[in-house]
Amino acid sequence: MTKALKIVVLAKQVPDTRNVGKDAMTPEGTVNRAALPAIFNPEDLNALEQALRLKEQNPGSTVGVLTMGPPRAGEIIRQGLFRGADTGWLLTDRLFAGADTLATSYALATAIKKIGDVDIVIGGRQAIDGDTAQVGPQVAQKLGLNQVTYAEEILKIENNIATIRRHIDGGVETVEVPLPCVITVNGSAAPCRPCNAKLVMKYKYASCPLERQPEDPRADLYASRDYLNLNQWSVADVDGDPNQCGLSGSPTKVKTVQNIVFQAKESKTLTASDADVESLIKELLEEKIIG
Amino acid sequence: MNNVFVYCETEGTVVAEVSQELLTKGRKLADQLGVELHAVVAGTGIKGKVEDQILPYGVDKLFAFDGEGLFPYTSAPHTDILVNLFKEEQPQICLMGATVIGRDLGPRVSSSLTSGLTADCTQLEIGDFDDIKTKKHYDNLLYQIRPAFGGNIVATIVNPDHRPQMATVRSGVMQKAIYEGKAKNEVVYPEVSKYVSPEAYVVKVLDHHVEAAKHNLKGSPIVVAGGYGMGSKEGFDMLFELAKVLHGEVGASRAAVDAGFCDTDRQIGQTGVTVHPKVYIACGISGQIQHIAGMQDSKIIISVNSDPDAPINRIADYVIVGTVEEVVPKLIKYYKQNSK
Repeated sequence: MTKALKIVVLAKQVPDTRNVGKDAMTPEGTVNRAALPAIFNPEDLNALEQALRLKEQNPGSTVGVLTMGPPRAGEIIRQGLFRGADTGWLLTDRLFAGADTLATSYALATAIKKIGDVDIVIGGRQAIDGDTAQVGPQVAQKLGLNQVTYAEEILKIENNIATIRRHIDGGVETVEVPLPCVITVNGSAAPCRPCNAKLVMKYKYASCPLERQPEDPRADLYASRDYLNLNQWSVADVDGDPNQCGLSGSPTKVKTVQNIVFQAKESKTLTASDADVESLIKELLEEKIIG
Repeated sequence: MNNVFVYCETEGTVVAEVSQELLTKGRKLADQLGVELHAVVAGTGIKGKVEDQILPYGVDKLFAFDGEGLFPYTSAPHTDILVNLFKEEQPQICLMGATVIGRDLGPRVSSSLTSGLTADCTQLEIGDFDDIKTKKHYDNLLYQIRPAFGGNIVATIVNPDHRPQMATVRSGVMQKAIYEGKAKNEVVYPEVSKYVSPEAYVVKVLDHHVEAAKHNLKGSPIVVAGGYGMGSKEGFDMLFELAKVLHGEVGASRAAVDAGFCDTDRQIGQTGVTVHPKVYIACGISGQIQHIAGMQDSKIIISVNSDPDAPINRIADYVIVGTVEEVVPKLIKYYKQNSK
């Protein structure tokens, strides 16, 4: 028996740290964020795909994308809508800035409570700018929900119990978890579907109020088509405690940040010629470096 | 009170190597701080089977929780054990492996105790900290040193006001060693039901399948690693051949794994395995910092790259400028001709 599910996808806009070019670091050794394209965190896309599949399998279900970031992170909600999500929420407030994983999870958990009656909270296992994998489980703990991390596929949902296949070290596991629950999805799960052209047309101009110009030329459009107005929430909107948000809600402090400098070695440069390769092999064999 | 704790994870009755590596590190930190090293382990039917795998690493006190439903691992019971034990014991530091289990458990415990947690540390040290804003001085904090931002910077993180200071560390980053000093080696078997509520067992593991590791990349004296420059999965075939003749193992950079050329479990770098081989042959690897951090301690580094300015060449002992397609078959050929 299927059931209409209320699903919230946790998604983050991240700098694309996988393809760091020479401009990514300033001469002072700090990160030049402007040189890195902002993208939808890859594993959050895997999570979105699982959510959209659940929506298809369970008629009446809804998928909403919850993200936290500066106003331009509204793009993440649009990317979700283009792929089939129904709605989204942008948590944006200066008070959220400087959050470590714990303060981030507090903000997200508070928003999820505000959204209310959520059956499944699902997100990527980790984000590529921090690689911590902490926010999912921390949100689960704050909401008092069970969690399944490293999920590869949600096999079925029946009688309010989800059966999930997950990756573990050196193997796989299949678990049953009662709803509501938090699921984090591994990069080995199915890739996300592409944007749907019709949905791109429909939501192209969807935006959060803070993303708009003071005299926005599309003001009439926003007045007449409410689905183009994306939800934008501040700390006050979610009844959050400012002391648990952002920098002040973060137990971890960054003491120092350093550019990495590796000790350069004096290296011997060889060509690919037979003579060079053979003499290297002989040298390594003679010195018993290889046996 | 105020001791250093290490959470030891198990597969059945076998204690994970990463946990033993952390016990060795935890022992050093405890010695430096003048406190005790405590370990906690939870499983089913572990009594009498895991103690000898934990105590020799310098453990003063082991809390062994043995009960039904504690293996295979699920989040809630293990979280309950640590949270309730830590409320009693008030440790100052807690270390766990940056494994699937450690990364599932650590955040829940930290969230519950409102303590700071730093993932995937590559170094742990003790030091002082001056908070510029509050003008407060702190002695003997745990420096949690980890790469950030895709490995382009390294950050030192501290948790000034919250305890325990929690950190996860990947397998292979620390080195395990039997403790030569004297430790108390006390073992207690607390009653599980006093720590875990019955509702904690609602997640059911229907099927748990772990295969013995297909390779020993971490311990191999010779590693042949390929990068994005290998071009394809087929390109990796010649690396497997080279590794076979040299009796080594094949590793890969993150870019090669992301491109699908090689399995994730062979990834070397900050988000993969850390290796310390005698010989490291980097083929078509440009040398992003995140990769170098996982192999820089190799004794001899040989880089095969068509780009003479590839960053990895700076840390290489030998640089062969040429395409992998040309060089790797020659390495195989001349090794076969010249060995024995």
